[in-house]
Amino acid sequence: MNKTVKNAEEAIKDIKDNSTLMLGGFGLCGIPENSIAALVKKGVKGLTCISNNAGVDDFGIGLLLKTHQVKKMISSYVGENAEFERQLLSGELEVELIPQGTLATRCLAAGYGMPAIFTPAGVGTEVAIGKETRTFIVDGAEKEFLMEMAFDADFAIVKAWKGDTQGNLVFRETARNFNPMMAMAGKITIAEVEELVPAGELNPDHIHTPGIYVHRIFQGVNYEKRIEQRTVRVR
Amino acid sequence: MLDKIGIAKRIAKEIKDGYYVNLGIGIPTLVANYIPQGMNVVLQSENGLLGMGPFPFEGEEDPDLINAGKQTITTVPGSSFFDSAMSFGMIRARKVDLTILGAMEVADNGDIANWKIPGKMVKGMGGAMDLVASAKNIIVAMQHVNKANESKLLTKCTLPLTGVKCVKKIVTELAVLDVTAQGFKLLERAPGISVEQIKNATEGKLIIEGEIPEMIID
Repeated sequence: MNKTVKNAEEAIKDIKDNSTLMLGGFGLCGIPENSIAALVKKGVKGLTCISNNAGVDDFGIGLLLKTHQVKKMISSYVGENAEFERQLLSGELEVELIPQGTLATRCLAAGYGMPAIFTPAGVGTEVAIGKETRTFIVDGAEKEFLMEMAFDADFAIVKAWKGDTQGNLVFRETARNFNPMMAMAGKITIAEVEELVPAGELNPDHIHTPGIYVHRIFQGVNYEKRIEQRTVRVR
Repeated sequence: MLDKIGIAKRIAKEIKDGYYVNLGIGIPTLVANYIPQGMNVVLQSENGLLGMGPFPFEGEEDPDLINAGKQTITTVPGSSFFDSAMSFGMIRARKVDLTILGAMEVADNGDIANWKIPGKMVKGMGGAMDLVASAKNIIVAMQHVNKANESKLLTKCTLPLTGVKCVKKIVTELAVLDVTAQGFKLLERAPGISVEQIKNATEGKLIIEGEIPEMIID
């Protein structure tokens, strides 16, 4: 089953205004750079973006914020983006901040076909407002959990290290982060990879995301892989 | 009075052989530098790594290899990578022995606030809410008072909460305290700090029993 498309433009061509998108990555690590650039070029507006972070002012999702293409962000941490903060405080941008584990597990639930999860994260905080809670016995003691719903996203856009024409994906190091569970969670999943190989070249034992979850795959170009905090030690 | 490094050194003494430890951003990150040699400790970074090592040598930075603070790092032998759902799965399932994180406020019942200042700062909670809701043991590294000299160890947090009744121990520039069912229990004083100074800097309920020793830091 060949999932290959030519490039980012072709992969995202049917993304319309007001779509809900999942975008993989943690900070600027493992983000779908080519697809973000194509979304900027296409100019789709009113997007709801589910992504752990919102990029920085001039890279990642920050590029979509700058062009006012994002209506709503669903994230866990957005501290690195001044333009984001400005749009939020001025009311131009709607934001839902949710715990990082809740974000990951709501993606996972969608990919596993489960409508909801129970998590203790956010119990007793403003995250719990309006949410159903249940008490379970954990390690012999009562503990309260919040019910959190699986995400419902029109498209998931992820970045992998390697992929094959069947859509099987392999991630590298901490660039894996949210990419595998978002890949499982999209109604349509688009994967961009640094290296696209013919089916059969990847060891089936090494696949992180089976191709059944991936609808379109392409080999990206000119990866910048920008480092957010360059920290080094002296020799 | 302790500086940031002093706080990190004192917290490092709480780490035991065989621990899996999650270190938050800021002072907690420094703790990694003072884990005693020869002790078997595995550092978890919640973006998807067990076995975090020191910063890379210049020129060896890898953009695919970062910690939860988005800093370039390295791995140590025996490390493993995983996705974000598994990362928070192991946190939720209480596999991580110790969580060390910073705070803006802690209440004497163990409530913690560290993610939002309404109208001023909106950065988000990141993984902090998941960590504090599930961790077996939470140590907070924080300043005892704010810039206006107001206590950050309170009867009740004034800022939006990150988690409830979860903090077990606090290390500040002035003291080491346990959070007990009765309130903050003073365990140790920082070098040169009197019990009176700690009392004055603590708004929440403070329990002082017997002689309070001065902490020993190498």
